[in-house]
Amino acid sequence: MKERGWTEIPIGGVIEEAGNAAAYETGSWRTYRPVWNSETCIHCLRCWVACPDSSIEIADGKVTGIDYEHCKGCGICSFECPVDPKAIEMKLETDFAKE
Amino acid sequence: MTGNDATAEAMRQIAPDVVTCFPITPQTELMHKFAEHVADGDVDTELVLVESEHSAMSAAVGAAAAGARAMTATAANGLALMWEIVYIAASYRLPIVMPVVNRALSGPINIHCDHSDTMGCRDTGWIQLYSENAQEAYDNTLQALRIAEHPDVLLPVMVTFDGFILSHTAEILEGLEDAEVKDWIGTYEAKYSILNTDDPVTIGPLDLQDYYFEHKRQQVEGMRHAPDVIREIGRAYGELCGRSYDLFEAYRLEDAELAVVALGSTCGTTKVVVDELREQGVKAGLLKIRSFRPFPEAEIAEALGNAKAIGVLDRSISFGAPGGPVHKEIKAALYGTGHEIGIVNYIYGLGGRDMSMNDIKTAFAGLEKVAREGTPDDNIRFLGLRGEGGV
Repeated sequence: MKERGWTEIPIGGVIEEAGNAAAYETGSWRTYRPVWNSETCIHCLRCWVACPDSSIEIADGKVTGIDYEHCKGCGICSFECPVDPKAIEMKLETDFAKE
Repeated sequence: MTGNDATAEAMRQIAPDVVTCFPITPQTELMHKFAEHVADGDVDTELVLVESEHSAMSAAVGAAAAGARAMTATAANGLALMWEIVYIAASYRLPIVMPVVNRALSGPINIHCDHSDTMGCRDTGWIQLYSENAQEAYDNTLQALRIAEHPDVLLPVMVTFDGFILSHTAEILEGLEDAEVKDWIGTYEAKYSILNTDDPVTIGPLDLQDYYFEHKRQQVEGMRHAPDVIREIGRAYGELCGRSYDLFEAYRLEDAELAVVALGSTCGTTKVVVDELREQGVKAGLLKIRSFRPFPEAEIAEALGNAKAIGVLDRSISFGAPGGPVHKEIKAALYGTGHEIGIVNYIYGLGGRDMSMNDIKTAFAGLEKVAREGTPDDNIRFLGLRGEGGV
């Protein structure tokens, strides 16, 4: 997204467009990355309910993955996961640095 | 009317949609009076009684964000407590008007007048209009609304007047008729309202490295438009009632060799001293600042151009800085103008210490010496202080 100059934006920090949070990518803030395991996931959707950033991707009532462009890495999904071992594990982003 | 009564009267005539209210000396009587008007049904204002000044400003911000005309009033420690939200009101560009009854900040605790409260707020992004008397507090409040709501400005305005000296002493007030005030302020249509579900907007979102800077620059622009708007509204007000206003008042300043710069109630006393000195053949004058924010530096530098010595009166201290806040602005305004003028800073009246005519005469006498001998080493002086360094 091209960033605009001070004369081109509404004053006072107002956001005129409703529901545009999806356009603001917050994935780079993450320290820990949730890694989802499709083999052990029971699709209870607790992670989907609890995620504060709507970053659990689902289709037809089943988890399909995680939206890393918006996930801030809070770890609530992993905490809520009832499976043992957990179907979502939090791993340090630095471990993925080489990728 | 007292300054508090006069300001409450202006608020009754404005009848804001929302007023948020928390008592603090010496502002308490102002809101007490206004609350009576609400209780008596004189206005249909929603009066929100809150549990602190932080909440008073927060509720005013919420009301203004919903598109309401919102006001509150405070003083000293109350202003200090709402500090966080004072900045937020300005950065959200909400045209809130707030009378501030100047009082010394604690500590040690003190309820009397100085300007440490509003001077501390000089970089919050609010417009600041200082009043010489109760009449000006009334007039400034009525003009503040128009200034704040002007589409080129959209910034909140503090109308200040000196605690007790003005807030609690009675003078004759020339008020406008209710119908005149109604016409004068017109109706206010906010550009945004958080309650408008047909056109939903977000007010107050997170604003990081990518856009915060741009929004600050926009605030600068609002403040840059403010001088013209303040002058235009000051002139229009004069056409309405005969009392016109500018950014500052030059009192017998044109040919003045000894000039005092001041703001607030001390200006009234200084005018009497200037008249006396003039009778004795001393070319004395006063520059009374009305608008400290925005600070009209070019015009002030020009108005002071003929002076040989300038005494800047500060009713607050900027600890660790070279003199008080008004002094620094005046010095900065004169920088680069080519005038070699001796400037002395007189810090006075802290915690309500009386500023008598004799004190002001002492200041002028000091200026006479500066005009002869140039800027002295002791150019920051404490007027009315006991002990070493006091004058």
